[in-house]
Amino acid sequence: MSLNRQDIEKIAQLARLALSESEVSAYVESLTRILAMVGELERADTSHIEPMAHPLPGQRQRLRTDEITATDQHALYQQNAPQVQAGLYLVPRVIE
Amino acid sequence: MTALHELTITELSRALRARTVSSVDVARAFLARMDEHNTGLNAFISILHEAALSEAKRADARLHAGESGPLIGIPIAHKDIFCTRGEKTTCGSRMLANFVSPYDATVVQRLRAAGVVMLGKTNMDEFAMGSSNETSWFGPVRNPWDPARVPGGSSGGSAAAVAARLAPAATATDTGGSIRQPAALCGVTGIKPTYGRVSRFGMIAFASSLDQGGLITRSAEDAALLLGAMAGFDPQDSTSVELPVPDYSATLDTPIKGLRIGLLKEFFEGLEPENAQRIRDGIEVLKALGAVVREVSLPNLPLSVPTYYVVAPAECSSNLARFDGVRYGHRCESPRDLMDLYVRSRGEGFGAEVKRRIMTGTYVLSAGYYDAYYLKAQRVRALISADFERAFHEVDVVIGPTTPTPAFELGAKTADPVTMYLNDIYTIGANLAGLPALSVPCGTMQGLPVGLQIIGPHFSEPKLLNVAHRYQSETDWHRRIPPGFG
Amino acid sequence: MEWETVIGLEIHAQLATRSKIFSGAATAYGAPPNAQADLIDLAYPGVLPVLNAEAVRMAVKFGLAINARVMRRSIFARKNYFYPDLPKGYQISQYELPIVCGGAVDIVLDDGDIKRIGVTRAHLEEDAGKSLHEGLAGLTGVDLNRAGTPLIEIVSEPDMRSAREAVAYLKKVHTLVRYLGICDGNMQEGSFRCDANVSVRPRGTEKLGTRAELKNLNSFRFVEKAINFEVARQIDLLEGGGRVVQETRLYDADRGETRSMRSKEEANDYRYFPDPDLLPLEIDQVYIDAVAASLPELPDQKAQRFMSEYGLSAYDAGVLTAGAELADYYEVVVHDLGGHPKLAANTVMGDLAGLLNRDGVEISDSRVSAHGIAGLLRRVVDNTISGKIAKDVLEAMWDERAEADVVIEARGLRQITDEGAIERAIDAVMAANPSQLADYRAGKEKLFGFFVGQVMKSTGGKANPARLNELLKKKLGG
Repeated sequence: MSLNRQDIEKIAQLARLALSESEVSAYVESLTRILAMVGELERADTSHIEPMAHPLPGQRQRLRTDEITATDQHALYQQNAPQVQAGLYLVPRVIE
Repeated sequence: MTALHELTITELSRALRARTVSSVDVARAFLARMDEHNTGLNAFISILHEAALSEAKRADARLHAGESGPLIGIPIAHKDIFCTRGEKTTCGSRMLANFVSPYDATVVQRLRAAGVVMLGKTNMDEFAMGSSNETSWFGPVRNPWDPARVPGGSSGGSAAAVAARLAPAATATDTGGSIRQPAALCGVTGIKPTYGRVSRFGMIAFASSLDQGGLITRSAEDAALLLGAMAGFDPQDSTSVELPVPDYSATLDTPIKGLRIGLLKEFFEGLEPENAQRIRDGIEVLKALGAVVREVSLPNLPLSVPTYYVVAPAECSSNLARFDGVRYGHRCESPRDLMDLYVRSRGEGFGAEVKRRIMTGTYVLSAGYYDAYYLKAQRVRALISADFERAFHEVDVVIGPTTPTPAFELGAKTADPVTMYLNDIYTIGANLAGLPALSVPCGTMQGLPVGLQIIGPHFSEPKLLNVAHRYQSETDWHRRIPPGFG
Repeated sequence: MEWETVIGLEIHAQLATRSKIFSGAATAYGAPPNAQADLIDLAYPGVLPVLNAEAVRMAVKFGLAINARVMRRSIFARKNYFYPDLPKGYQISQYELPIVCGGAVDIVLDDGDIKRIGVTRAHLEEDAGKSLHEGLAGLTGVDLNRAGTPLIEIVSEPDMRSAREAVAYLKKVHTLVRYLGICDGNMQEGSFRCDANVSVRPRGTEKLGTRAELKNLNSFRFVEKAINFEVARQIDLLEGGGRVVQETRLYDADRGETRSMRSKEEANDYRYFPDPDLLPLEIDQVYIDAVAASLPELPDQKAQRFMSEYGLSAYDAGVLTAGAELADYYEVVVHDLGGHPKLAANTVMGDLAGLLNRDGVEISDSRVSAHGIAGLLRRVVDNTISGKIAKDVLEAMWDERAEADVVIEARGLRQITDEGAIERAIDAVMAANPSQLADYRAGKEKLFGFFVGQVMKSTGGKANPARLNELLKKKLGG
C-alpha cells in the first residue's frame, strides 16, 4: 500500500501536525515502508478470531463509588498553563 | 572495602539497617558519580541533588527511629516518564521540557513511602518510542560499554545509569521491549511485569494496552525487593489487577529441579550463531540445576512486529492528542488561530519518530482502514496470545535471546524506521500477550553484553525471578562492570 | 406535492451524580471556572479514567424504564477529534456496544391517541467543557468544570412526523428522567439538551430525505419553532428545485431561523476504537433485578392509576403526573381530604397552578402545602365557604402564608347557609329592584342572574350558591 503526498497531508491534518515540505516527503517514504511491513498481517488466517483489545482475558471494568474526592486546585494546575485569564485557559478565538 | 556504588541493593540495605553507613552518605556517593559521568553518558535528564539529600535525611531519621523496612534509604533513579510532584517530568520530549508535574505517579508514591530516595530522572526515547535512546530531545544516551554505541531504548538512560553504577537501580517502562532490550545491551537485569501488575497511574501513556512499569537492576535479587514495593492493585488504574503481591524475595532460592524450559523455535530461526550459543550456554547452566528443556513453537510469533506497529501507534496517536499547547506543555509563539496553535505546537513539540507513529496510528484507525489494519492486528494479537497459552501448558517458562544483536553504533539504524523496529523482534510478543518477562546478562559478543530472556505465564514473576536468581548464583555476567566505571 | 416530515431526536441528559463519570471532581453547576476540573478532567499526562458506579445505575434505570434491552456487556470507545473544550483530544463514549438498546416511549397526541416512539439506543459518555468568548480581548476562554460530567445520549428512531410530536416526545423523556431522579432536566443550565434531525420526503415514499441536524435548541418552544422553520425551509428548497445539504444548523432564537453552522471538524473521521484504559462493562441479571426493584412508579403507570383510582380523565391524569412532585402533592391533598379527587384536581390544576405561574415558583417551593390545600377544600366540602370564595382564600393563604381557617375567620368569609339570612337578603334585593322584579315575573327569565348577582353582592359573596338558587327561585316565583 503506497502512500502519496496528499495522503500524508491529510493524515497530518487529522493529527494536527505541521509538516515542512521535506518532512512530508520523508514521511511518505517511511510510512509506506512501515505499512509494507505491516501488510504481512494479511498472511494470518483470522477468520474466526475475535479482536483482542485487552491483554488479560476475562477482565471487567471496576466501578467507583460516586463521591467527591477532588478539591479545587486550579491555581496549582494552572501554573503549567501557557495562557490563563480569570481562571480560564486561553486559546485563539473559536467561532461557533 | 567495596565502594558504595559497587554494592547491590541487598547489600546496601543491610549496611543501612546496620547503620554502618547513612542514607545521606549513600546518596552523596551516587550523586558524585552522576556528576562525574553523566556528561559522557547523558543518562540523566535531571540530577536532583537537593531533593535527594533531603529525602536521604528523612530516610536516616526513619532508620534512626528504628524502622526496618528493607528499602529505607535506598537510592534509585526514575525514568523520566513517571510523574514526580514538584520536579520536571519531560518524557524525553520538547513538548514537556519544562513540565513540572503537580502529582506523583503511583509507582513513585509507593517507592517513596517505602523510603526510597530519588536521585534523578533518567533519559529516554521521546515518549518511550524507540529502541536506541536516540530520539530524546535531550540528546542520545551512550552505552557505558562503548560510548560510540547505543544503550538500547526506550529506557536507555535507566539501563546506562545502572550499568555504569550511577544508581543501583532505576524504574523503567516496557511497551515493546523498552526495559529488556536496553538491559540486554547494557549488561544488566531488566524485568517487565505482567500487564496490570504495576499501576500505570502517573506513567505517561504511550500504548495503553501494552505499557508496563518495571525495573532495571543489577540482579534478580534487587529486582525482587523493589518490585514488591512497586507492584499491587491501584484503584486509580482500571486495568490494575486485584491480586495480592507475593514476597518475591522469599522464593528466589527455590530449587529449579524439574523446571520445564521451552526453547522458542521461532526465536532461534535466523539468530546469529554467536548469539544463539550464548543462549545455549545459559540453558546449560539451568540444566545443570535440574531444569529440563524442550522445543516449543509459537507459529504466529513472527507476526508480532507488524501487529505491534499497528496497535501501538494507534493507541499512541490517541494518547498524545492531549498535547495541544492549551493546558500545559509546549505552545508555539503567536498562534494565528486555533488550527495554527495545534499544528505548530505539536509540530514543534514532537520529534520525528513520535510524529511518524502518530501518523501511522491515525492512518490505521481512519475510516476505511480500521478493519484491515487495527481489527486485523487485534485478531493476530489474539492468535499470538493463544500460542503462548498453549506453550505454557507444556512448559513453565520460555527462554530465548532478548535482542538480535548486541549494542549497535549510534546512527547505524536511524535511516529506516523498520530496521530499528526489528530490534524488538523477540520482546514484543510478551507485551502483546501481557506476559511477564525479564532479561539477564548471559555473556558477550564482540566484547559487548548479550541478554537471555525468560518469559512466563501471567503473574509468574516469582518463578521468573527465581530462575534468574538461580542463574545469577551460578554465573557472574551480572557482576561485570563496564571499563572505566569501576 | 404533499410532504411528510421525518424527525429523530438526540437527547443528551446530564446524569445527576455527585462526581464526574471518570473522576472524583464535583459536578455541581455554577462553580468558578476550572474549580471542578481535576487532573483527570484536565487530561494531564499519566492520568487514567475509573467508571462511576452511579452513572451506570442511572443508565440501567433509564433502559428499564423505556423497556429497552440492558446490555450485559458494553464497551467504552474513544471518539477522536481536536477542540479546546475536549482536553484529551478524544471523548470517551460508547460506539458499537452501548449499554442500552431498543426501547420505546409513548406520547399522547393532540387528539388523545397514543403514539409509540422507538428508541434506537442510549449510551453513556462524558460531557465536554465550555468555551467563553466575552471580554477576553478576542480570545476564547475554556472552562473545564463541565468536562467529564456523565451524560446519557438517547437516540430516537426517526418516528416523529411533526414538531408537536417531537415536543411531546421530548417532554415525555424530560418527565421520565426527572421521575427516575437521574437528571434534573434543567434546559437553561444545559443539563437536558436536544438536537433534532429533520428531513422531508414526498408523502407515501419510503426513502428518507437528506437530513439537517439542528442544534442550540434549549427550550421546548425553540424545539418546536426550529423544526417548523426547518421543515418549511427544506420544502421551499426542494420545491424550488434545490437539494437539501446534510449539515448542522444552529437555531437563532432572535431571528426565529436555522443557520448553517461553520463545522467544528471539516472531515469528521472520529476514528472510533475501544478505549484501552477501560475494560468491558459487564452487568448481570442480579444487578439488573436490583435496579428494577428500585424503580419508582413511572409516569404512565401513575397516570393509569390516577384514572382508575381517582376517576380522573386521561387529560387530568396526564397533567397531574407530568412531574413526580406534582403528582405526589396531589395525592397528599386527596388522602388528607379523604376523597373528592375531582375537586382536588381542579384546585391543584387551576387556582394553585395559577399562583405558581404568577410567582414563577415550582411545586416543590409552593407557598401553600398540600395539607394546606386539603384544609381549604375541607371547608368547601363542609359548606363553610363556596368554591368561588375558596379561590380568594387560597390567594390570601399564599400571600400571607396562613391556614385556611385563619383566613376565613379573619376576613369573615364564612358562607351564609342560614336560610333565614339568605331569605332576608333576597327580600331586601327584591324590594330594592321592583321594576326588574316585575320584568322577571313578566317573563324575562334572564334576569335571574341579575338577582343572583345582587344577593351575592349584598352578602359579600358569601351566600351559599345552591341554597341561594333554591330560595330565589321560590321567592321570585311568587
